[in-house]
Amino acid sequence: MRKDSALSLYYQMLRIRMVEEAIARVYTQWQMRCPVHLCIGQEAVAAGLCANLLKKDYVLSNHRSHGHYLAKGGSLKAMFSEIYGKENGCSGGKGGSMHLVDLDAGILGSTPIVAGIIPVAAGVAFGIQMKKEHSISVAFFGDAATEEGVFAESLNFAALKKLPVIFVCENNYFSVYSPLSVRQPKKRNNLSIARGFGVEGEEGDGNDVEYVFKAAKKAVMYARSLRGPYYLQFDTYRFREHCGPNFDNELGYRTEIEFSRWCKRCPLETYQRKLLHKGSITAKIINEYKTGIQLEINEAVSFAQKSPFPKPGEAFTGVYA
Amino acid sequence: MAREITYANAVLEATTQCMESDASVYIIGLGVPDPKGVFGTTLGLQEKFGRVRVLDMPVAENAMTGIAIGSALVGMRPIMTHQRIDFMLLSLDQIINNAAKWHYMFGSKMSVPLVIRLLVGRGWGQGPQHSQSLQALFAHIPGLKVVMPTTPSDAKGLLISAIQDDNPVIYIEHRWLHGTFGDVPKEMFTVPIGKARIMKIGRDVTVVTSSYTTLEVMKAARLLSEDGIDIEIVDLRTIKPLDEEAIAASLEKTGRLLVVDGAWKSFGVSAEIIALASEKSFAALKAAPRRLAFPDVPTPTSWALANHYYPRTIDIVNEVRCLLNKSQLTESALGIDPETPLDVPDKNFTGPF
Repeated sequence: MRKDSALSLYYQMLRIRMVEEAIARVYTQWQMRCPVHLCIGQEAVAAGLCANLLKKDYVLSNHRSHGHYLAKGGSLKAMFSEIYGKENGCSGGKGGSMHLVDLDAGILGSTPIVAGIIPVAAGVAFGIQMKKEHSISVAFFGDAATEEGVFAESLNFAALKKLPVIFVCENNYFSVYSPLSVRQPKKRNNLSIARGFGVEGEEGDGNDVEYVFKAAKKAVMYARSLRGPYYLQFDTYRFREHCGPNFDNELGYRTEIEFSRWCKRCPLETYQRKLLHKGSITAKIINEYKTGIQLEINEAVSFAQKSPFPKPGEAFTGVYA
Repeated sequence: MAREITYANAVLEATTQCMESDASVYIIGLGVPDPKGVFGTTLGLQEKFGRVRVLDMPVAENAMTGIAIGSALVGMRPIMTHQRIDFMLLSLDQIINNAAKWHYMFGSKMSVPLVIRLLVGRGWGQGPQHSQSLQALFAHIPGLKVVMPTTPSDAKGLLISAIQDDNPVIYIEHRWLHGTFGDVPKEMFTVPIGKARIMKIGRDVTVVTSSYTTLEVMKAARLLSEDGIDIEIVDLRTIKPLDEEAIAASLEKTGRLLVVDGAWKSFGVSAEIIALASEKSFAALKAAPRRLAFPDVPTPTSWALANHYYPRTIDIVNEVRCLLNKSQLTESALGIDPETPLDVPDKNFTGPF
């Protein structure tokens, strides 16, 4: 890994982490009146994957989309404004945290219906193919989405038409509080399922950002050279509660032992240690990064807080194009 | 220049002309390029436009709808067909959660120009899962438009409008209309979405209806006219957005309303129209509005049962007479054979569909 690429991956993860922590802090002022699904602990997938994408490439995501949105280049100010329900939010206040969009950055939308965007992302690739364009399409979804019918249906069609789409499964082991063990048989293997459709892919450690980066690089090259769809599955872990700013271990759906084991594998901290150890980064640079990001966040939060709400009449516009 | 063609050919002609004039239009659906070509409505399209733009598809209605939506987000204009409305219920997630809301929930930044052609029908024992009419289901959803043309000319003009529209449009065609003939302009033309057609001008009673049922109401109109009763027939053509003005204008004139809907009675189009009349035309009403629709049970298969399921022409006649405080008539009094089977559009019809 080249030093500048490594620093860039680190910076992306740090920025996502700090944005999410900022949301968690201001959320308790109860001015962000929409569900937020923070991706703290899962930053490596977004950072490693999107580092391989071009601006013209398309991304669609799910309810836990802040990381994907930021890593693909979505506007931070428009995101904060959206979560605050303001008129200059990326969706005009009609979407909230679960409906982020930034067309300039190739982010075509995120939605909270599990697996809802998987076929849409395949369809974007289908459109790209029909128009003979050279971009690719990426779908980010969680482990539960692979239980939905459209997952298999979309793999089937993407393989049939050799669509330039990358299916990215972020396996964080839980659908809300329901663990994988009550939802999928032990022997189930999504990669084998994808391969059963003739879709290439690989799976691995989603907390190792360099691994994600390298796997994604292969996937992107594969899809961009028009060889067909690619399936990636990354194992990772969400640190905060399913929805909201807090921790929820006290509910008892996961053990403290499991939680602390994953915390030791925190993608940001492990990578920071690695880079420090290798001498690729210094404490001084880290502090500079943090200061810069914090300034950017403060500015975005203040921008969003000061921005006007949409006018009441706006509720009734935009139903039809 | 107009000439007589069938409804099915009108649909085919509209599709052909839209594909000729706009390279982003494509058509996808189970059996689209097969030898029967969706009851003749897609015949020859693949030969003309190639395999990229005229496609069969996997039997995966939900994902395929999402795929059509995704392609629309990057500039394509898909037409998706389903040979039965019942099959596409699997895709309600993509239609209601994504297609209908994408424009709204992302602050009007994108639109989904998608046409979903749905076939509805009745008869020949198609039964509970092959003969549902679900226009009300779609009309309930903000963000969708719902059209169901009756005449071949409207079939063409409304399909062209639907394809050119930047929103998802549910286009419902009744199987029993495919073989009907009518004058259809040869050139490309549009019939505006959201405008009803006064099928017959009249003074006594306003009968609001749509699709195949309009033909039944026209039959009833002829029988009623023999007794000097003159009904006005409003063929909705578009279910959503509803042409409220056309209904109100007709009620101003007649003061009496009957809604005949080829779908279940409860919570349906007939309920909506009567609610609308009560809200906006109450002062004009001279009698309580009435409605005639399918009973609230699944469609039975046996033709012996279907004969008692579907409303008959005599029922329409008597509903109108009831609104005018006139006595109820029997089929024999009107010279209708009470044994007329209701599972075929006419006596010459033999199945299977």
